[in-house]
Parts: sequence; C-alpha cells; structure tokens
Amino acid sequence: MGNMLGLVGTGLLETIYMTLGSTVIAYIIGLPVGLLLVVTDKEGIRPHLVLNRTVGIIVNILRSVPFIILLVWVMPVTRAIMGTTIGSKATVVPLVISAAPFVARMVESSAKEVDRGVIEATISMGASTMQIVRKVLMPEAKPSLIIGAAIAITTVLGYSAMAGIVGGGGLGAIAINYGYYRSNSQIMLLMVIVLVVIVQIFQEIGGRLSNKTDKRIR
Amino acid sequence: MTEEPIIQLKGLNKTFGSGEGQVVALDGIDLSIYPGEIFGVIGLSGAGKSTLVRCMNLLERPTRGEVIVDGQSLTTLSEKELRMARRSIGMIFQGFNLLMQRTALDNVCFPLELMGKSRREARKKAREMLATVGLADREKAYPAQLSGGQKQRVAIARALATDPKVLLCDEATSALDPTTTLSILELLKELNTRLGVTVVVITHEMKVIEKICSRVAILAHSHIVEMGAVEEIFRHPKTMEARTLIYPASVEETGESYPGGGRFLRLIFDGQATVRPVVTEMVLACGAPVNIAYADTKLIDGKMYGQILLELPGDRVTVGKMLSFLDDAGVKYEEEEETHNG
Ligand SMILES: Nc1ncnc2c1ncn2[C@@H]1O[C@H](COP(=O)(O)OP(=O)(O)O)[C@@H](O)[C@H]1O
Ligand SMILES: [Mg+2]
Repeated sequence: MGNMLGLVGTGLLETIYMTLGSTVIAYIIGLPVGLLLVVTDKEGIRPHLVLNRTVGIIVNILRSVPFIILLVWVMPVTRAIMGTTIGSKATVVPLVISAAPFVARMVESSAKEVDRGVIEATISMGASTMQIVRKVLMPEAKPSLIIGAAIAITTVLGYSAMAGIVGGGGLGAIAINYGYYRSNSQIMLLMVIVLVVIVQIFQEIGGRLSNKTDKRIR
Repeated sequence: MTEEPIIQLKGLNKTFGSGEGQVVALDGIDLSIYPGEIFGVIGLSGAGKSTLVRCMNLLERPTRGEVIVDGQSLTTLSEKELRMARRSIGMIFQGFNLLMQRTALDNVCFPLELMGKSRREARKKAREMLATVGLADREKAYPAQLSGGQKQRVAIARALATDPKVLLCDEATSALDPTTTLSILELLKELNTRLGVTVVVITHEMKVIEKICSRVAILAHSHIVEMGAVEEIFRHPKTMEARTLIYPASVEETGESYPGGGRFLRLIFDGQATVRPVVTEMVLACGAPVNIAYADTKLIDGKMYGQILLELPGDRVTVGKMLSFLDDAGVKYEEEEETHNG
C-alpha cells in the first residue's frame, strides 16, 4: 500500500506539472491571439476583417478536433520537439496545441465584456491601440480573465488524464494502467476522487481571486 | 464675434451604412463655436446630437466636410497627430465611462499616464483636479462606491486633467436626478469661468440649455434648424422644432381637443410685455371666464417668455372685449380655429 501511495504521489505531481506548465504556455500563445481577435473584430478598436477571419478559422479548426485524435495526430510534432512521445513531458505538446485556441476564445469573451463606452472614453483621451489593450482591456477584464484561467486549468487537467491512454504520465496513466487494464476499481475510484478534488481546489482559488480583484463589487 | 472659432464644422455630413439601411445622421452642418463660450446643442432623440459631438474629436469620422479644432483640421491629421490633438479635447458622457478597476485618483491619472507623465507628476495633478471638483476626500474610492453625481465629477476631473481647451459633454446630466444635474451644471459653469475652457453641451432638455448656455443650436432631422443666443431663441422660436423643445407637450404635440367654442387664442409672451397676471385681469375686466387649455411660461431675467392657450367663450362681443384688452395690455396673440395639425 505504501508503494501505491508513492505511485499516486508521483502521479499527482506529474499531473500538476503537466497541467500548469501546459496552461502557462497555452496562455503565452492564447492571450495575445484572443486579444488580437477582440481588437480586429468588426466592432473592435482596429477592425481588420481578413486577419480576424483567418485567425478565427484556425482557432475553430484546432478547437473542433477531439483531443484524443489530436493526441495521436500531433505525435510527429511531439517527437520533433520533445524527442519522445511518451511520458508527461511529451503530453505537454498536444495539451498546449489543444488548450491555446481554447484559451484564445476565453480571453476573447472576457475582453469583449469591457464596456464599449469606457474604451471610447480612453480613445477620446488620445490612447493608442496598444495602450488600450494594456491599460484598459486587460486590467478591466481581469476578474473575468482569472475565472477563465481557472476554467482553462481544469479543462487541461481533464485532457491530461486522457493522455494516459496513449502513454502520457500522471494520474490518468495510473487510472488506465492499474484501474482499467488490471481492473482495480479501488485505484480507479481513488484517481477520480483526486481529480475531482484538484478541480474543486482550482475553481475555488480562481473564484476567490476573481472576487478579490473585482472592484465593481462594493 | 471677431475672434477665431475654437471649433469649426464646415459642410459636415455623416452617413451610417450603405444601400437600403443607410442613415443620414448629419447633413450639411456648418457651425462655429468660439473660445470661452458654453455652447448648447439640443434636439430630440435620434436627431444626430451624439454623432455631431463625436465628430468634434473624430470618435466618429465624418463622411464629408471639415472639422477644425484649435486651428487644426482633424480629418487631415495622421493617427499619431490625432491622438495628440485629442489631448486638448476633453469629453464626458451620460454613462460616466470610468475605469471600474481603478480608484477615483487613478482614473484621473489615466490620461496623464497616457501622455507619459511620471506617476508622481500624474498623482499631483490628479489630486489638484479632484480637489477642483470637490472630491479630494474620495480619491481612494472605486467608481462602484460613488454616486452618479460623484462619478460625473471624477469624469470631469479626468477630462480636464490634461488642461484641454474644449470640453465636450454628451448628455452628461441625463442620467442624474434634477438636484445633482443642477450641481453638475454649476460646476461646468464654474470651470468654464475659472479655466476658460470652452464647453459644448449636448442635451435633449431645454432646462440644461437655459441654465448654462450662452448660445444654442437646435438640431432636428440631421440639420441645424435654428441657432443663436439662448434668449433670442426663447423669445422668437421660429421653427416648429424649436417650439416643440421650448414648450414640451404643447397642443401641437398632444393633438388633444378641448370642449367648448372651438376657438382658441394663443397668447405669446416674448419678454416685451410687463410681468402681470394678464389672464386674471382680462377675465375680471370682461366679466366672462376662459378655459386655459395649455400654459407654459418662464421668467428669465425678470422677463416673461412662453405661451398660454385660451379657449374663448362662444359670445363674439366678449371675445371682442378680450382682444381689445390684450391689445391695450401689449400682449401679442394669435387667433386659432383649429389647434391640432394633422
Ligand atoms: N454607429 C451607428 N450606426 C448606424 N446608425 C447610427 C450609428 N450611430 C447613430 N446612428 C443613427 O444616427 C442617427 C442619429 O443618432 P445620434 O447621433 O445618436 O442621435 P441623438 O444623440 O441625437 O439621439 C440615429 O438615427 C441613429 O440610429
Ligand atoms: Mg445621444
């Protein structure tokens, strides 16, 4: 049993590492893309139909590929980048490819919530597009962006567990290897419980952080 | 006025959309606003007021025509030059449009930050501005913690932080209760005097114009239908649109009919006649009652402006007496058979 606990402990660490690492990289790509979508929108501060459509279509295509298919499909890319297709490190590649477009849409919807009138007021003060993005869109959308990040993390967490099927590491791999292939229902149940608890924790932290930063609440 | 105008609109046209759904919001607008004045633009909803004021800082780019502010033709400027020019044109809105995640102080700092002022300098100036609008003690409050009037004061402080020459106000008091409206109008007037900033006031309420404006343009159906000194427009509203705004809910508007002889007399007060209870005196002198169908009169600078619509008695002799009484009293009037058009 002690052996089992050690296994779960390692799995948990691997899962957290995969999830947070992938989410961070997904934000590095998805945040600017999401902001680009808002800025170049027909009603945006710098409409650019061609750019907006092109990026939008790429995002949609990536989002419509089921993660389990993407996982197998991008294996050559994964090998090229990571040198391997198995283990938690390798899983980061498909996770990022899948999460970045998701993050872009989340960021887009958060930034679109910023009141049009506030943006116009800042334009009337002579703000440039970059200043509006950095000083208005992002700070004003912050509470919503934080909620979005919590949702993104939990989504990536779910995907990372799925990656266990094709040799990814972490809790998902344990659930598949012990719970499914060796029909150990206790292990399976334990994995589910651990995953549920982690999701709860991230949601809770996200919710609280968001409320704390939101100055619209008295 | 011999001075150079600070804002000049020449042959301005703004059309939204194209083809079937095309809307002409402004058509052939020519307008000059002079330094230091408080200029009002009034019109009913949808007349094009917001579009007009938004053309003054190019939030809306006109389809045709020229916008000259402080000697610069805005439509010819590069994007960078336009951003610079906008620093000398402040603007406030009906919805305040404050940054909700910034304190009052940081909201006022915002335009200064945009200019690249240091945090220290920005805060110093922002504190001065908050004190000017009477909110020195609320600098740490977030907009959600302020009342409507206080929010508009922060917005005014923010708009004036860069020492602009012009302040554009688009329905700035329309979301406020009457008392707060008055205090904001008084503040605008005070800032106009103290800082010399030219103020352009957009509103649908005559009482706003009456309270602070020196000149007014009446905007109706994308055109300026009347323009001049406020007192002058009050005295002789030439157009139907002007009368509708000055005497809201007039009979022309409601189209209601009144029982009785069906003959009406419209008394017109244009500030010339001495202030006295004309109708009462007339009724006493002629010994016959009249029905007051509609009345809207105002005292401005001790002079009476407005209209009273009387329904006359059926008796021709009494009517004759009443008319001669009014002639003697120096009251202008028009006789009307039918009061409602259409
Ligand atoms: N962005 C826009 N797109 C299309 N039509 C518009 C737009 N802005 C204003 N309009 C139209 O232009 C006309 C004038 O609007 P506006 O200037 O807002 O009037 P006001 O401020 O006097 O109520 C209205 O018919 C309105 O529907
Ligand atoms: Mg309007």
